[in-house]
Amino acid sequence: MDLSLSPELADFQEEVRTWLDEHVVGEFARHRGVGFSWDAEAWDLRLAWDRELAAGGWLCMGWPHEYGGRDATVDQQLIFQLEYARADPPFRATTQGQDLFGPTLLHSGTAEQKARFLPPITRVEELWGQGFSEPSNGSDLAGLRTRARRDGDEWVIDGQKVWTSHGGYADWMYVLCRTDPEAPRHKGISMLVVPVDQPGVDVRWIRNSLGGDDFCEVFFNEARTRADLVVGEVNGGWGVAMGALGTERGTTLLAEHLRVQHEVREIIEAAKANGRTPDAALRQDLVQAWTDARIMEWNGRRLMSAIKGGSTTDPTTQASLSKVFASRAHTRIGETAMRAQDAASELVGADYSLNRLQQVFLGTRAESIFGGTTQVQLNVLSERTLGLPREPRPS
Amino acid sequence: MDFALNAEQTTLQGVLREFLSERAGETAVRAQMAEPAGFDRQLWKRMGAEQGLQGLAVPEEYGGAGFTFVELGIVLEEMGRALTVSPFLASAVMAPQLFLALGDTEACERWLPGLASGDTVATVALAEDSGSWESGEVRLAARREGEGWVLDGHKSFVVDGAAADLVLVVARAEDGIGVFAVESSAEGLDRTPLPTMDQTRKLARLTFGGTPATRLVSTDAAAAVERMLDLTRIALAADALGGSGRVLDMSVEYAKVREQFGRPIGSFQAIKHMCANMLVELESSRSAVYYALWAAATGHEDTSVVAPMVKAHCVDAYLSAAGDNIQIHGGIGFTWEHPAHLYLKRAKSSQALLGGSDLHRRIVAERIGI
Ligand SMILES: Cc1cc2nc3c(=O)[nH]c(=O)nc-3n(C[C@H](O)[C@H](O)[C@H](O)COP(=O)(O)OP(=O)(O)OC[C@H]3O[C@@H](n4cnc5c(N)ncnc54)[C@H](O)[C@@H]3O)c2cc1C
Repeated sequence: MDLSLSPELADFQEEVRTWLDEHVVGEFARHRGVGFSWDAEAWDLRLAWDRELAAGGWLCMGWPHEYGGRDATVDQQLIFQLEYARADPPFRATTQGQDLFGPTLLHSGTAEQKARFLPPITRVEELWGQGFSEPSNGSDLAGLRTRARRDGDEWVIDGQKVWTSHGGYADWMYVLCRTDPEAPRHKGISMLVVPVDQPGVDVRWIRNSLGGDDFCEVFFNEARTRADLVVGEVNGGWGVAMGALGTERGTTLLAEHLRVQHEVREIIEAAKANGRTPDAALRQDLVQAWTDARIMEWNGRRLMSAIKGGSTTDPTTQASLSKVFASRAHTRIGETAMRAQDAASELVGADYSLNRLQQVFLGTRAESIFGGTTQVQLNVLSERTLGLPREPRPS
Repeated sequence: MDFALNAEQTTLQGVLREFLSERAGETAVRAQMAEPAGFDRQLWKRMGAEQGLQGLAVPEEYGGAGFTFVELGIVLEEMGRALTVSPFLASAVMAPQLFLALGDTEACERWLPGLASGDTVATVALAEDSGSWESGEVRLAARREGEGWVLDGHKSFVVDGAAADLVLVVARAEDGIGVFAVESSAEGLDRTPLPTMDQTRKLARLTFGGTPATRLVSTDAAAAVERMLDLTRIALAADALGGSGRVLDMSVEYAKVREQFGRPIGSFQAIKHMCANMLVELESSRSAVYYALWAAATGHEDTSVVAPMVKAHCVDAYLSAAGDNIQIHGGIGFTWEHPAHLYLKRAKSSQALLGGSDLHRRIVAERIGI
């Protein structure tokens, strides 16, 4: 256990801090903390902020130089996230490509695919959407029905995806398709990269419970993509996708978990402003909120050490349980946030606009669903980590 | 930068786990339970002679090994796991940390080497019959008599108070709170072991009638007491971490072998999810405890907020895991013979010690300015 910084890391921290001080200014400073992974609030401003980060070389830090990264170490990435959380800029808009598809491609893509797709992600020039879930297959993803068949040197795709985060902004989607209907469920799936701007792809926004447009349903009707735009092997898409879900539970979450401390401070301020702090029960829950936020941070830091290696903690397990803990804790925090605001918590602004704490209350409901539901995580933790017997499955 | 135990710390953990399972298994624990002031003196000697545990975190200048609070935490976790019945918390955490916090070098030179070697068993007497652990509520009176001091009054809930050779008594003098060293042979000291629900952690009531005492020199004794309490809070969280880990292991082992309806109960999702949730809480507690140990070891300014926070959080998680462990065992888990109840009781006594979780969250609230 040693959380102290080496002189090099301390210098790096200083560099990050200085950059953030100089760049979280103006509109960005006025929009501190705006946006969540589950919304598209202030989208254009967040996009502008992402481009600011890109210009500073702070996106996709761990990627190799040749693809637009800076080959940053895990420790540097952690320092960056800690400083970033402290500065609390608007929430990044383009996480899909940077945190999910990019790492998947780095891991499983060909050299040509990486050279073609990674640099535009780091420059915020091309946006991505994840086409996994379908109306009839969410947790049971391996049963997915969207099909792709070869036609000359192209794939032709038919089917429907749903809950595609920020799908309406995507230039590209990475789509899980059934490419061998005869093979066992997990062995006939491929991950195709599909351009969105074509007649065969129809993207429609779905309004979420906060009243915002955030995720989409996507219809593929004879949509086409080039034959070589398969990530990994043809019919090997399941393994590639599981890698993406693992990533989703990994480092990305740290950024989200660290910023929760700002929310808790805001909740405490709201409670003070409403004269609610003498209430003994609320005080207990405010402390619980602060405790939960700190544990999210510590779980995340421990995960980063596990990713670095040399620790007895298994990163996949730690990522999964960090997610379960955080989504549950964050939901509790959302409930406390509403109580801290008292009667005013019921009132919304024009066009159903919600304050940050109301957003936390409603939005956290998504955190135990996306990226593998809490129940699915618990199944995996109990079977893979604890070694409990699998449930008998219908053959 | 590493949020993980290093190689030596992991080795220490392994050595201790083996040592305790060989020397202080369940039979040994149960043997000491029945005895209200009992502890395994032979084990205590071995802990000192073979492992140097009592002096692990005592500075070398006072006869210790000079390791940090992180190593001490590793020991406490293993003892929590094994339910070790010993005055370790009192004599290797509370008393030495109070000596060090007070900063009375003469007293440190006089007493710490004995504590570090394990030859002297010491404790701290703070709470009284009211059960309050706040030094502001201390009533026990200290007054000057000639060159020295004498104490009059009582103390209660004194951890290992009946077994200790040396008691550090927090008392009220005319100039405020002070800490006074009293040897067990002192005149007018009367010690009664208290029957406790958790028989692995011994408590005693002490009465003082004109008992001679040595006042420890300090610029701010109340602050030193608070520092000792914070470190003890972290120590209890580490003990809870060990116990939580053990009850999860017990649950998983049992769930794999116990069959009902023609299948292992561990294949039922209700049981699986209970176990997986215990794992989520266990590892989250581990993150919290490791951070707190590091903060304590480095004197980080965070320590005073983190200490009551992790105490409340980790013992609450322990209590809940210990309860789930009983549920997963069914009827057998409700018996005296099965060890499940021992963990439930240790969790409960850890929760009550130094004041319950509500109190600890109140303390956090004050310290973060709510
Ligand atoms: C805000 C948001 C953004 C999203 N973004 C994307 C995206 O960009 N791309 C994408 O592909 N998907 C996305 N998703 C979809 C998400 O991955 C799915 O919603 C999730 O996998 C659950 O699938 P489902 O909605 O079909 O629910 P179901 O799978 O039908 O689950 C319903 C309930 O049953 C439980 N359940 C299911 N199976 C089991 C089991 N074996 N054991 C115990 N309980 C079980 C679940 O835990 C849940 O409580 C997003 C979802 C949300 C809410």
